[in-house]
Amino acid sequence: MLRYLAKRLLMMLPLLLGITLISFVVIHLAPGEPTDMQTDLNPEASIELKERLRSQYGLDDPLLVQYGKWLGRLARLDFGTSFSQDRRPVLQKIVERLPITILINVLSIGVILAISLPLGILSATRRNSGFDRITTVLVFLGFATPSFWLALLLMDGLGVRMGLFPIAGLKSIGYEYLSWSRQLLDLAHHLILPVFVSAFGGLAGFSRYMRSNMLEVIRQDYILTARAKGLAERAVIYRHALRNALLPVITILGLSVPGLIGGSVIFETIFAIPGMGKLFYDGVMMRDYPLIMGILVIGAVLTLVGNLLADLCYALADPRIRKA
Amino acid sequence: MRMALFGLLVGLVFAAGCEKQTAVIPAEGKAAAPAHGDTILMGTIGDASTLLPVLAADSASGDINGLVYNGLVRYDKDLKMEGELAESWEISPDNLTFTFHLRKGVTWHDGAPFTSADVLFTYHLYIDPKTPTAYSERYKQVDTAEAPDPHTFRVTYKKPLATALISWGFSIHPKHLLDGKDITTSPLGQAPIGTGPYKFVEWLRGEKIVLEANPNYFEGEPYIKRVVYRIIPDPSTMFLELQAGGLDYMGLTPLQYGRQTQTPEFERQFRKYRYPAFAYTYLGYNMRRPYFQDKRVRQALSYAIDKQEIIDGVLLGLGQEATGPFKPGTWPHNPDVVRYGYDPAKAKALLAEAGWKDSDGDGILDKDGEPFRFTIATNQGNDQRTKSGEIIQRRLREVGIDVKLRGIEWASFLKEFINPGNFDATIMGWTIPIDPDGYDVWHSSKTKPGELNFINFKNAEVDQLLESGRRTFDQEERRRIYFRIQEIMAEEQPYTFLFVPDALPVVAARFRGVEPAPGGIMHNFIKWYVPASEQKYAR
Repeated sequence: MLRYLAKRLLMMLPLLLGITLISFVVIHLAPGEPTDMQTDLNPEASIELKERLRSQYGLDDPLLVQYGKWLGRLARLDFGTSFSQDRRPVLQKIVERLPITILINVLSIGVILAISLPLGILSATRRNSGFDRITTVLVFLGFATPSFWLALLLMDGLGVRMGLFPIAGLKSIGYEYLSWSRQLLDLAHHLILPVFVSAFGGLAGFSRYMRSNMLEVIRQDYILTARAKGLAERAVIYRHALRNALLPVITILGLSVPGLIGGSVIFETIFAIPGMGKLFYDGVMMRDYPLIMGILVIGAVLTLVGNLLADLCYALADPRIRKA
Repeated sequence: MRMALFGLLVGLVFAAGCEKQTAVIPAEGKAAAPAHGDTILMGTIGDASTLLPVLAADSASGDINGLVYNGLVRYDKDLKMEGELAESWEISPDNLTFTFHLRKGVTWHDGAPFTSADVLFTYHLYIDPKTPTAYSERYKQVDTAEAPDPHTFRVTYKKPLATALISWGFSIHPKHLLDGKDITTSPLGQAPIGTGPYKFVEWLRGEKIVLEANPNYFEGEPYIKRVVYRIIPDPSTMFLELQAGGLDYMGLTPLQYGRQTQTPEFERQFRKYRYPAFAYTYLGYNMRRPYFQDKRVRQALSYAIDKQEIIDGVLLGLGQEATGPFKPGTWPHNPDVVRYGYDPAKAKALLAEAGWKDSDGDGILDKDGEPFRFTIATNQGNDQRTKSGEIIQRRLREVGIDVKLRGIEWASFLKEFINPGNFDATIMGWTIPIDPDGYDVWHSSKTKPGELNFINFKNAEVDQLLESGRRTFDQEERRRIYFRIQEIMAEEQPYTFLFVPDALPVVAARFRGVEPAPGGIMHNFIKWYVPASEQKYAR
């Protein structure tokens, strides 16, 4: 087991190196540079000034030299400083955006799992019933609804007209003066609409996976055996079928680990939430190379680790894989 | 499970419903006299980048720095120069030496006194090659700068420069906090210390920036106690926030101004303002293209385009026709230049005169076997420009010109198309600086890749006028120069000047003392107030 783990971890290194090299080259291929924000269409920016700014950012080195320098820093776990005007460390910029992004993603995955797994199981066991049909329509409606549209409708209806929810942001004005329990309530109040909107679109995926896995498993011989030996339907479904049907869900969960730190630009923009999606998008728009690379590296590492975790969980859940 | 969730929802709604009451304590009632206190919530699309003015290049940073820092001079509400940190100034008879007499008793927000050493330091900061600033050019023309005593600052120029005085309107930085330190990593970029009417309180990235009135401000303590810039990246959300009371100030779009704010409820809660913005949108012709070199063709295009139709369609009428690069109603603007009203017959006649005729009967004009086809490039995501392009496309098709539209992502648009001069025509906009010097946009020496005369406009008389315009100090004489430039441009039509949009700010009705002027509404911001009885936020 340990040897397997070490081997997998070791194999990640060249993979990660390849990912960083490709992303580094690709983002530098895109037209535009970080100094453009200061110099483009600026009557005062002479050509000589542009050159000086480029050399201050180290952009006049050949691309591979720039990559080498960046990699050297990364090896010491230094993500560099952002190319935006504030010149703050990339890690600091990422870390201050992480808590809220992870919070919203964990909450929304929690809501999705809590609703879609039972939904999937019930749809499968009551296949083609009225319940199955209605949930199918509903979850696909959620899947097809553009999140920005739903968000704006909810904001206008529940926020502006009915005054039930705050529109945007995460804290009320005067948040600092509230007691901590009130602060928690305030935050939760602000989170309801965003979490609802982000969960609504995700119900379809998980409930469909769950449903089809369940249907697949129910058709297996060992379920027939379980029924034949007279087990109660409850026991058949929840003890024998469910465990097997959950396996692919674990894979999907593992794959969604990098998604925990990745936000959605549209969603964060609509709700004015300072999350990772907006940070990355703004970084790309400004060609803030160190920031883009920092987020990509963290995303790549989490994807690889998520894969590994999924495989490990698989082994835990399924003795057949453990032995092989 | 679902019941539990619903219960939680109801609980939260209820709890937060009470929350509003505690967070917002109504202040004690008094008459509608000016009173200190309350908070103004301003909406901004983007977060600030850095709060050090020398490094900042974005408008969000600029707005905040404008409240935290001061310059030596500024434009007043009528766009005339007045002293800010400088009490007065003298200009030598040869227009080369400027002597500023600084205000006495001004202090930085940390209590240190402001002196001429700070001004001298700021000048050196700007011209230091190690400072990554885009604003160094304006100080390169300075020959010598000195601070003979703590309240006098003197600069001498090599050549007279009409924009020299306003270049000292730029934020003065504190020497005692920045001297000898690396400017790019200075903590002042995150927590500025200036001399201005508002002091910095806190900055939550991507969320808000909070400022507080400076009780020791040399022009008197501002009435509004706190200014909160809320970062709300989406314009629709911002408008919803405004209606829900989460914002007190924002700029409206023409659609919001014209169609979505007519309810009595809105009119009761907000005051809308409307005045021409310092900007114009144009269709620029790349004169490297042979078919745009003939001025009759450019004139014909201007006749074929119905500007009023664009203003009505794109701005819902909230704007006016542009006739040149200056703002109507300001002193450099020449109202009497030739205008190009919508006249397709005249457009066709001019095109025929230039040799463009539909000889093969396909509905498209041609000359020497080449059909008249070109592409208008503009940046993606600017709705007003895209829509203007569509209207222009249809009108030009009517006179027999086949136009394609192409929207390109901003950085690629500039790098691949505009800077190398690799486009046929483009719809873009310029802001209109208060000083009319347009040397960088119109002079024939500014046509190299990356420079601003990207349409390759070359006119010897304009060159000569631009050169004398920026060396002349007398306003009457300058007016004559810029009037002549506008006459030439009206004749030459290097651009079809499309429109000057209106600025459409909206302010919550509880704020009083808002005074629209040629310079906008923000010029007397420190005099805005909320009567004690109407104050919304007690702290």
